[in-house]
Amino acid sequence: MNVIIILVPLIGTIFGVMYYYNSKEFTELLLAQPIKRSSIFLGQYLGVAISLSLSLVLGLGIPFVTYGLFESAIIWNFFSLLTTGVFLTFIFTALAFNIALSNENKIKGFSYAILLWLFLAVIYDGLFLLSLMYFQNYPLDKFSLIATMFNPIDLSRILILLQLDIAALLGYTGAVFKQFFGTSLGFIMAMAMLGFWVVLPVARMLFVAKRKDF
Amino acid sequence: MKLLFSVLLFLLSFQNFASTITVCKECKVSTIKEAIEQAIDGDTILIKKGIYKEHGTTIIDKSITIIGEGNPVIDGEMKGTIFSIQATNFSIEGLHIINVGKSYLEEFAAILIVNSKDFQIKNNLLEHVYYGVLIEKSSNGIISNNTISSNAKEEAHSGNGVHLWHSENMTVSNNHITKMRDGVYFEFVNNSTVSKNTCKNNLRYGLHFMFSNDDAYLDNIFESNGAGVAVMFSKRIKMYRNLFKKNWGAASYGLLLKEINDAELKNNIFEDNTIGIHADGTNRILFTENDFLNNGYAIKVLGACYNNTFSKNNFLSNSFDLAYSGNINENVFDQNYWSSYTGYDLDKNGIGDVPYRPVKLFSYLVNKTPEAIILLRSLFIDIIDFSEKVSPIFTPADLVDSNPQMKKILW
Repeated sequence: MNVIIILVPLIGTIFGVMYYYNSKEFTELLLAQPIKRSSIFLGQYLGVAISLSLSLVLGLGIPFVTYGLFESAIIWNFFSLLTTGVFLTFIFTALAFNIALSNENKIKGFSYAILLWLFLAVIYDGLFLLSLMYFQNYPLDKFSLIATMFNPIDLSRILILLQLDIAALLGYTGAVFKQFFGTSLGFIMAMAMLGFWVVLPVARMLFVAKRKDF
Repeated sequence: MKLLFSVLLFLLSFQNFASTITVCKECKVSTIKEAIEQAIDGDTILIKKGIYKEHGTTIIDKSITIIGEGNPVIDGEMKGTIFSIQATNFSIEGLHIINVGKSYLEEFAAILIVNSKDFQIKNNLLEHVYYGVLIEKSSNGIISNNTISSNAKEEAHSGNGVHLWHSENMTVSNNHITKMRDGVYFEFVNNSTVSKNTCKNNLRYGLHFMFSNDDAYLDNIFESNGAGVAVMFSKRIKMYRNLFKKNWGAASYGLLLKEINDAELKNNIFEDNTIGIHADGTNRILFTENDFLNNGYAIKVLGACYNNTFSKNNFLSNSFDLAYSGNINENVFDQNYWSSYTGYDLDKNGIGDVPYRPVKLFSYLVNKTPEAIILLRSLFIDIIDFSEKVSPIFTPADLVDSNPQMKKILW
């Protein structure tokens, strides 16, 4: 699970940024041709994101299938694991493209990208924990629910946790989460939130790309 | 000569005294009630195979043996207690008792025993019962090899498998109790033994122990019960070789210890429980040679636990080995094996050279702010756990196992 939660976003960000900077000259060449900008950037983005997700699905899928996944009961858990993994790849590649587009300087772009990953993977949880400690006298269920919704890594971590039987450890707070994510509304909300996390950065990427002076 | 003759006569008359009354549909005696009315001390009532729709059978001051041949079915038709007994020296064997009704005013039981002594309840099959065997103010009884089951759905609408109240010197052994409220319930029961029972899928507790001193429970299996096993307000209890398994749920635990003093836990296995042992107000307990496997929390220690000793236990792949509230430690952890121990053993004496700290910062945080559990398995948590391990600030500094074992302890 930690592979999905930590490594997938990191790989998505790094590869996204790296790919953009490496193919920058070729992109500029393409821009000279009569091709729509949106199709160039969308194509590049989808190329990176889809190939990364494919490598994730195949890389995790093949060993599990040979291990006898189809006969076991955990197939749905595994399926949700892969779905969230693919979502995370798409989200972080999109974010990486955004950063790369806005920063001409390679080093700056890389640092921002890693910072972003670090923020969402680690620092966000730290701030979250601090605020939980600080406001511990208040009812925090709704707050923690909303706070997890705003971080794709946290959101997918919770989604996966709730599938596993370790969810019972979450106790009362877990019950609130389960009640929310267990219903179809909650599940749709969570998926919509992950969807937003894909759509918004992609929209911004296209928006910026259209207006950018190369 | 005269004396010998009189003794012989006495013995002979005694033999005539103890007769056997056979009950079957075609016999002279066709109901159990009738048989019991006719019976006198020392008689045996033999119930042949068949279905007997009877309830409210009472046995008062008659030392008789009731034996079922070929598991005769006694159907209470949901109307109430089936046998109520107040006697000494009797036994009930081989019956199949079904359909004890529900009541919110009375405690309907398949077998109700009050103010009795020296009895045996064995090899019975009890199904769809409200209470299985309900014993009050009795002593020297044996309840063994019974199978008790029901279909309890709500705690308020269901009874216990074997329920003992104000009794002494009882033995509950080799019973199989499923889908009741509590599997075995002890209240004010002293000097008794619960052994080799299997309590599964009960709604509340597999075993529920209150105000009962000097008891032992040995070799039992408690599996998939609603809340696990609860032992409360008792002294000098011995718990050996029990298996606590799959008590998994938001408010479940393998074993709840509340206000327990001077007990001893040895060779127990705690497997797949949300909380292996939940200890609250327990003193002078020796936990030794137990296995904690794949639990959420292996041990959760709340306040007022003093002078407990945890030694030579195996802690294997638990999410949290130990959760502690507060930062004062009055308990001893020594020579345990911790699977998450990462130290080394340079002098090869089988004992790790670096002390192990079983309390993680995260478990401390979760105790303070329960909502923080939502960050379980987050990278940030791993990082702060590591930093706390390097320099403990929040967790009790003296809570260490100075002699962590390098290899799993075999017992």
